[in-house]
Amino acid sequence: MLSYILKRLIQSIFTLIIIITIVFALMRLMPEEGYFGDGYEKLDHFQREAILESMGLRDPLHKQLLDFYKQLLKGDLGKSIIYRPKVDISIILKDKIPYSLQFGLGAMGLSLAVGLPLGILMALNNKGLWDKLGTAYIVIINAVPAAIYYLFLQVYVTGILKIPMLYSEYNPISWILPTVSMSLGGMASYAMWMRRYMVDEMNKDYVKLARAKGLNNNKIMVHHVLRNAFVPMAQYLPSAILFTIAGSIYIESLYSIPGMGGLLVTAIQRQDNTLVQALVLIYSSIGIIGLFLGDIFMAILDPRIKLS
Amino acid sequence: MGNKKIERFSDNINQSLFRFAKYNEKRAMMGGYSNYSYWRSTFNVFCKNRLALFLLLIIILLVSFTIIQPYLPNQKSPTEISIDPKTNIQYVNHPPNKEFLFGTNSIGQDLWARIWSGTRTSLFIGILVGIWEAIIGIVIGALWGYIRRLDRLITEIYNVVNNIPTTIVLVLFTYILRPSIGTMIFAMCATGWLGMARFVRNQIIIIRDREYNLASRTLGTPNRRIISRNLLPYLVSVIMLRLALAIPAAIGSEVFLTYIGLGLPVSIPSLGNLINEGRLVIMNSTLRYQLIFPAIILSIITISFYVIGNVFADAADPRNHI
Repeated sequence: MLSYILKRLIQSIFTLIIIITIVFALMRLMPEEGYFGDGYEKLDHFQREAILESMGLRDPLHKQLLDFYKQLLKGDLGKSIIYRPKVDISIILKDKIPYSLQFGLGAMGLSLAVGLPLGILMALNNKGLWDKLGTAYIVIINAVPAAIYYLFLQVYVTGILKIPMLYSEYNPISWILPTVSMSLGGMASYAMWMRRYMVDEMNKDYVKLARAKGLNNNKIMVHHVLRNAFVPMAQYLPSAILFTIAGSIYIESLYSIPGMGGLLVTAIQRQDNTLVQALVLIYSSIGIIGLFLGDIFMAILDPRIKLS
Repeated sequence: MGNKKIERFSDNINQSLFRFAKYNEKRAMMGGYSNYSYWRSTFNVFCKNRLALFLLLIIILLVSFTIIQPYLPNQKSPTEISIDPKTNIQYVNHPPNKEFLFGTNSIGQDLWARIWSGTRTSLFIGILVGIWEAIIGIVIGALWGYIRRLDRLITEIYNVVNNIPTTIVLVLFTYILRPSIGTMIFAMCATGWLGMARFVRNQIIIIRDREYNLASRTLGTPNRRIISRNLLPYLVSVIMLRLALAIPAAIGSEVFLTYIGLGLPVSIPSLGNLINEGRLVIMNSTLRYQLIFPAIILSIITISFYVIGNVFADAADPRNHI
């Protein structure tokens, strides 16, 4: 187990380095105007070169990359260039992450609390009314782009219930709708996977054996089917929890929540290279760590799975 | 003889007792169902689902209508700004009436013409992305699955690309390459092939060494026939599913890119552009038709493709035949 973890860790770090290097190279392909903010027109060629040089952007590429990694090893994510000039990126993140985390975890809790029972209900009620209604819900949520139902929910629900349209830190009623809308997608996918795994498990031989032994249906479901059906989903839970810090671009901009959602897009559009690098680094690490934790979590839940 | 170590399996075989089987088309068919046809069975199973059939009809009508719409009489150009002949003022935010079936937008363009033109653009993007994803995905997936030496390398590449969030790739590509239809298709394909390639690879690895393939191979079935009769039917259902789901996914990505300001220029109407234009006037309840009409058309298209894709994938799976 320990050697497996070590091997995976080394592999993950290697993958991470490749990803960072690719993004680093991509960022250097962007037009250079972005480094100057609004003052670009006023500067002549030599002034521009001087500024770029002082930022270290005229150094050879490999030196720039090496400097970046050196800084990273010290735990320094660098300073933002344009988004909030000369502010440490870690401070920017510290301001924003709590909002995304609050809504992300709330939405995830809600989608698990509703999605899993819905999936179970659908599996038990195979081809019945609940199954059909649930499937219709899943199809609509998966097929229609999220932006559309988010918009309609915001406009009509706030209108009908007379609740505030935008997020306000001091008014908990304004937190409800963003959380609920954000949970709809997760709800649909948890219900869909739960239903699929339950139906798969219910057709297996050990269920027939349990039934032949005379176990009642509830016991079979709780002790056998549910436990087994949950295992494949366990793999995705750690990633899902970790990724809540990334926030939702749509929800945060629609309800003007000052979270992480739009930060990456803004950083890319405004060519704040250090910020983009830091964010890509964080998101890819989260992805890799999440996958890794998911594997271990799954192995703990299901003793039949051996890591090697 | 008893203790003699057998070096090679063939050492101990009296060759004269065996001869290679010759492939015989007629006899190969004897084991199967007498008059089984893959595509006919697929068609029959698909037709049993009334809802999917109905949605298929709607999609066919809708797609043919978007194609013939510009040639119908009395159609306006999607970019033409209509001007009231009496007052010489543009028809700004004109509510739906006989002349403007879906009303006009905030600069006086006919929403009806814009919606059909936008549907054309979005479907074009979706279908091209779907086809490219299928081609790249199948080729890479097949190489990945068949050629064992490539397995490590492609797995590493997959891990790297798969760990970069799709949003970053989409945004970076559309940003670096400047928004256009081509850029958008390219950016969506850059990540879209992953799922398909992985699935094809897993399927091929699972099916490649199954007993029925081994049996076919020992019976002398040519490779071409193994691929077309034994492997492809398993893959068809997935390929069709991916192709069908790529269209709603591409439309969703386009809406997303437009939303964050990296979409197509306003001069090229697309469903993403229309949704975004509608979003800007949503606070005014009399103008909400500008969001509702494109949203309805978009939802009909995405839901139909989603359902048809799923039902067809089930129908194309040989395990669901007979």
